[in-house]
Amino acid sequence: MTPNEIHQLKVTACKVRIGAIEGVHAAKAGHPGGSLSAADLFTYLYFKEMNVDPADPQKATRDRFVLSKGHCAPGLYAALAHRGFFPVEDLLTLRKIGSYLQGHPNMNMTPGVDMSTGSLGQGISAACGMALAAKHQGNPCRVYTLLGDGEIQEGQVWEAMMFAAHYKLDNLCIVIDNNGLQIDGNIADVMSPYPIPEKLAAFGFEVAEIDGHSFEEMEAAFAKARATKGKPFAIVMKTTKGKGVSYMENNAGWHGKAPNDAEYEIAMTELKAQLAELEGK
Amino acid sequence: MAEIKKIATREGYGQALTELCREHDDIIVFDADLAGSTKSGSIRKEFPERHFNCGIAEGNMMAVAAGAASMGLVPFASSFAMFAAGRAYEQIRNSIGYPELNVKICASHGGISVGEDGASHQCCEDFALMRSIPGMVVMCPSDNEEAKAAVKAAYAYKGPVYIRLGRLAVPVFHEEGFDFQIGKGDVMQDGTDVAIIATGLMVNEAVEAGKMLEKDGIHARIINMCTIKPLDEELVLKAAQECGRIITCEEHSVVGGLGEAVCSLLSEKCPVPVRRIGVNDVFGHSGPAGDLLKQFGLCAENIVNVTKDFLEK
Repeated sequence: MTPNEIHQLKVTACKVRIGAIEGVHAAKAGHPGGSLSAADLFTYLYFKEMNVDPADPQKATRDRFVLSKGHCAPGLYAALAHRGFFPVEDLLTLRKIGSYLQGHPNMNMTPGVDMSTGSLGQGISAACGMALAAKHQGNPCRVYTLLGDGEIQEGQVWEAMMFAAHYKLDNLCIVIDNNGLQIDGNIADVMSPYPIPEKLAAFGFEVAEIDGHSFEEMEAAFAKARATKGKPFAIVMKTTKGKGVSYMENNAGWHGKAPNDAEYEIAMTELKAQLAELEGK
Repeated sequence: MAEIKKIATREGYGQALTELCREHDDIIVFDADLAGSTKSGSIRKEFPERHFNCGIAEGNMMAVAAGAASMGLVPFASSFAMFAAGRAYEQIRNSIGYPELNVKICASHGGISVGEDGASHQCCEDFALMRSIPGMVVMCPSDNEEAKAAVKAAYAYKGPVYIRLGRLAVPVFHEEGFDFQIGKGDVMQDGTDVAIIATGLMVNEAVEAGKMLEKDGIHARIINMCTIKPLDEELVLKAAQECGRIITCEEHSVVGGLGEAVCSLLSEKCPVPVRRIGVNDVFGHSGPAGDLLKQFGLCAENIVNVTKDFLEK
């Protein structure tokens, strides 16, 4: 990527963060912490990595993305909106009655959403089914899925990992958002899933460890994923939960809580300042 | 009359699935280490590239099938009823039912006729679990031919389907290639003294009971209700109006199955007395299947007794 491309991704990621916070604030409910930790990944996937076309969201050969940690829908929706799948202003309808932006992703209601998720541990299995089907059909698409680091406490995740390696799903790339926090606190205190990369390698994955807020490191890892044959690929990305909003950063309390009006103003001031700085205003 | 053939409905599943695979390229088959028992394994010989063993991981299998369905394939996923409808309930609910994905769940070893394996494997709750999922079609074929017809109808239908199949060989009384429709019950014998609505292997028992009752001058209407959801409401209401009393028969708990489906309908639209024959909210236990069915009252003799008792009151 050129410095200009990276700069553009940073600008977009900031807008994705703003969209996620606006949606959660308008809904008075939702999950800001994980949406912000994964905002850079959503941005990279939809603006750089994935072959998708907002004008043809059901195109058979498109790359698929499954948000296995479905509660981070506000971040995904913001990325989809900015990518052109639906109007950005609709982000304010999040979680409202009649909205196509459900609390957790619904593949039949929201353009660009490839799988309905929300119950943790199931999205990665669906992604495996997509990758297997794509190979069976001779479809050149790739399948991506994002899991939470708390989510991998679900046993089904490891069933899916065995499946992915057993069927050599090298068109599958899983990403684990290692922000270190879950609802009840530090993942190491609640139920430690560590060491994550070693476990993934033992389950048959090729593994890359990156800074989940570095587009340069994402570019290298996803390039390696595409070049890896005969086995599935996993990216373990170290992130900051709540990234971009000072009082939300590294605070488990912001896993699933909406900011009140005063908190919202602070968040918007901070994020807009970051955007202004990026845009040189 | 020639001797009646006995074949387990799971055999019909394997046969029909093989025939479907010959005709349609979009079928993909998943099993969870039970392909030999569920009979999905019949696909492995002829179409090894279309059969995927998921290992002993039913939850993953159901969501994998959901993902494959989202790509336009028609997945058939099999295990025992206990582990398909039971263990993987939430995966079926959230990854197949909620997204309305075109997955066909064909679960063998339903009910207590599993026999010797005992209660841990005798699923008598699968109708209740699957009925509770919005949009799920729930079927329980009564014999080998109906199993084949139901499997083929499930393929032709777009949307999630659950088919319960049996381990035990049961009499085949349907003709090959008979007309089958999802959601339509079938009157096996007409009568107006009482209507006996049965599903699965209880249909044959109900037919036998009907013959026995006829000898005693009781004219029972015998209805085969292969599709438990959506229920053939018209046929049930007509039976209630014309017969005035209904008996339901199922190899399933009296909680949440065919009996409750019929009662729910009748209580709102045509209240008539109902008796439910089924597993009376207890667990099964080990034993030969035939003996267990008799012990639990899932047999023609008990249907006759219940009917006579019912009509006296």
